[in-house]
Amino acid sequence: MIELPAIRWGEPYESLEVDEIAHFFTGEPIAKVHAVGAGIIRRDAKKAVDARRALQALSPAELIEKCKAAGELFESGTLAVGDSQQSPADFIEQQSATTGMPISMCQANVAKNAFVLKNIEQILGCLTRGLDLEILASGYGDEGRGVTVSYQAQCDALGAVLPSNSPGVHTLWLPVIPLQMGLVLKPGSSEPWTPYRVFSAMVEAGIPREAFCLYPGAGADIGGAILASCRRSMIFGGPQTIEQYAGNPKVQVHGPGYAKILFGDDCVDDWEQHLDLMVDSVYRNGGRSCINCSSIYASRHTKEIAQALAERLGPIEALPPNDPQAGLAAFTIEGAAAAIWAAIERDIDDPLTTSMTPLDRLVERPPVAYLRPVVLHCASPESPAANKEYMFPAVSVVECPQEQMLKSIGPTLVGTAITTDQAFRRDLIASVDIDRLNLGPIPTPQLDWLQPHEGNLIEFLYRNRALQVHV
Amino acid sequence: MSEAEVKGLNAARQAARERLDSHTVEMIAWHFHESTGCPFWLEKKSQLKFDPLKEIRSYDDLKKFDPFEDEWLRGGPVRRWVPKGLADKPVYVFETGGTTGIPKSRIAIDDFRTDYTLFSETLPDEFFPRGSNWLMLGPSGPRRLRLAVEHLAQQRGGICFCIDLDPRWVVKLIKKGWMDHLEEYKQHCIDQAITILGAGHEIKCMFGTPKLIESLCLGLEERGSSLAEQGITGIFSGGTEFTPQWTKFCVEELFGGPPARSGIYMTPTYGNTLMGLACSAPVTKENRYKISYYAPQPRAAIEVVDFDDNDRVVGYGETGRVKLTTLTREFFVPGFLERDEGEREPPYEKYPWDGVSGVRPFHRLASATTVGVY
Repeated sequence: MIELPAIRWGEPYESLEVDEIAHFFTGEPIAKVHAVGAGIIRRDAKKAVDARRALQALSPAELIEKCKAAGELFESGTLAVGDSQQSPADFIEQQSATTGMPISMCQANVAKNAFVLKNIEQILGCLTRGLDLEILASGYGDEGRGVTVSYQAQCDALGAVLPSNSPGVHTLWLPVIPLQMGLVLKPGSSEPWTPYRVFSAMVEAGIPREAFCLYPGAGADIGGAILASCRRSMIFGGPQTIEQYAGNPKVQVHGPGYAKILFGDDCVDDWEQHLDLMVDSVYRNGGRSCINCSSIYASRHTKEIAQALAERLGPIEALPPNDPQAGLAAFTIEGAAAAIWAAIERDIDDPLTTSMTPLDRLVERPPVAYLRPVVLHCASPESPAANKEYMFPAVSVVECPQEQMLKSIGPTLVGTAITTDQAFRRDLIASVDIDRLNLGPIPTPQLDWLQPHEGNLIEFLYRNRALQVHV
Repeated sequence: MSEAEVKGLNAARQAARERLDSHTVEMIAWHFHESTGCPFWLEKKSQLKFDPLKEIRSYDDLKKFDPFEDEWLRGGPVRRWVPKGLADKPVYVFETGGTTGIPKSRIAIDDFRTDYTLFSETLPDEFFPRGSNWLMLGPSGPRRLRLAVEHLAQQRGGICFCIDLDPRWVVKLIKKGWMDHLEEYKQHCIDQAITILGAGHEIKCMFGTPKLIESLCLGLEERGSSLAEQGITGIFSGGTEFTPQWTKFCVEELFGGPPARSGIYMTPTYGNTLMGLACSAPVTKENRYKISYYAPQPRAAIEVVDFDDNDRVVGYGETGRVKLTTLTREFFVPGFLERDEGEREPPYEKYPWDGVSGVRPFHRLASATTVGVY
């Protein structure tokens, strides 16, 4: 069993409150994590300025080089994690064991996080729209037009309350370190592995350890204390979390994405050409990400599209995580899968909704359960299932006239629009409901890292303000 | 422990048990006699399948009663809880719960004073100096704690300063998810406390809930001060949030070390409106800040019972649910299952009866319980 101490600005801290993290299926303890209370977090937060100063002792260029090295170490190194030496294979096995995610999915997420670290320079260039990082480091500078620009850092350290369900989200906070800001992380209750391995890789690569706080544990007050004491934080959660923090400038909320594929009338007759893209968008990463497609809108052929998707996705079985073919993750919270299935059954009862996949989707394998892919057909955007998102491959194919689509889709983190109709494209570009817009047949989970992410980190962490220097 | 010490402890256990048995019989006689009992229990008596006056001969016989349901305490008339034998005394009513719906009420006459007078005897004078003034940094309103702490201060020759704190509003804020308001309200309480501490009243002792003690320390730290600098030497606190880890944090970081170094002594207590106050064995770094509570027997008793068979006491060191019994002339509560669980602790010389350690919210109810709210 691995023991993971809390990390308080780089220093391990032994708590008297220890939570056990167990294997998702056997219940065998895999790790012990040292949980701290809100008071420690609040008190530590007062020292965030020291984390920033430690990072400011290195230039952004130096930090970028160290991040690249950390990316290599994260992907391939054997690292000190808690009281253990962790190889990449150990890491993947541990992550799969505590989250129930297939090994193949864990491997894919390693590659994703390592890619971001190894390409941090380009990614920062895109996040900042090409701004010289020295301007952010010094607070002001000349962009080359003879005009002074100034960006004021809004915090010394970014807080992040992380989920257990999709290790891919860690890519969002990785760029903070070369921006010379510390990190205050609450790892997901069953996935402490990525934050601890990133910490270890970064320290090994020469980034000051005092830039990091890691507060593991299941306690809800840990997250609350991070959000209350960091001037900028990100949190991952459901619709309730989004509602709770809506309009709070200190908190960036990441929740359901309701990602969609929209067929224009000019391309919908060729839908069969895009079947692979639709399957990939629904199924990649086990359908667990906010960027997985949850609705497909088209004005016609919707029954055929749904039927074809059901034929491809429906037969997918729940396989053990170490099976190379495994593509579905287990629901490890007791009753969660059954509750989701019950919600879907209620939607199917609606006369506008038809299930295109058989009704044998809930697979109980105590103590966990799986949901096999679901494809629904919605005869209208009024159908209750039209814009739903779940943590497994589930998609609604919605019949909707093109002119009604943008009024019906609601918030859409990723919108893939398959159309060459210039008027429709203009409307899509203008739609404030769509965050990341893909024009053309691009799978919704396919991220171009050279595009700013949703909720641009730079806009969140810096304030663009005026600064005049007397000469 | 030497053989003589074991013998001595066994004798003390035996004596304590005999005292509890005889006290139980005495209290049953009081609560179920037509001339002294309260209307509630006298009416209950007629529904029982046994005659408590004849069949309760020991503490263990209390198992014949069904578990006490705290729902019985909701709603009136409140007089039905006043024993006829005390009907001419001035009566207080204390409430618990009540964020939504009807709160639970408990009548009291002198119990809170008695409980806190007994508790006072456990406090070291070195850190809780006689004659020094107190700060009550906890819930006000219809709560027993406010008057109890004030009595404790007076009992020790001091005067108690209080703040306003409405825990029902705090619970509402948490349930609404208004965390910014919660923070502001907490800050409002801490501001009141810091103002009083800085007003030259020579306050040396205080009660505080764990969250408020923590916030007070952090608030003082922000102002470049500390509890020690404000003159505080003795603190008592309580509840399931008073954990070994929290104690470690307070002692090692907020206070600046153990009492000998920091000059601040903190003692935990465990209790509620129904039971009174359980004291703790000494809490030290050497025993990893373990907190073990012992009820004020024979006025109240704690058992740690099996989660499913609430009449079966678990073995020492084993985990179970906390079951409370209150046996005073003012109030009789047989076998009330608390919303907490913990480990059964063996008796020791100061408290030669069972205790409980590691108290935390009962895991089967924990998700529905809002703890540590103020």
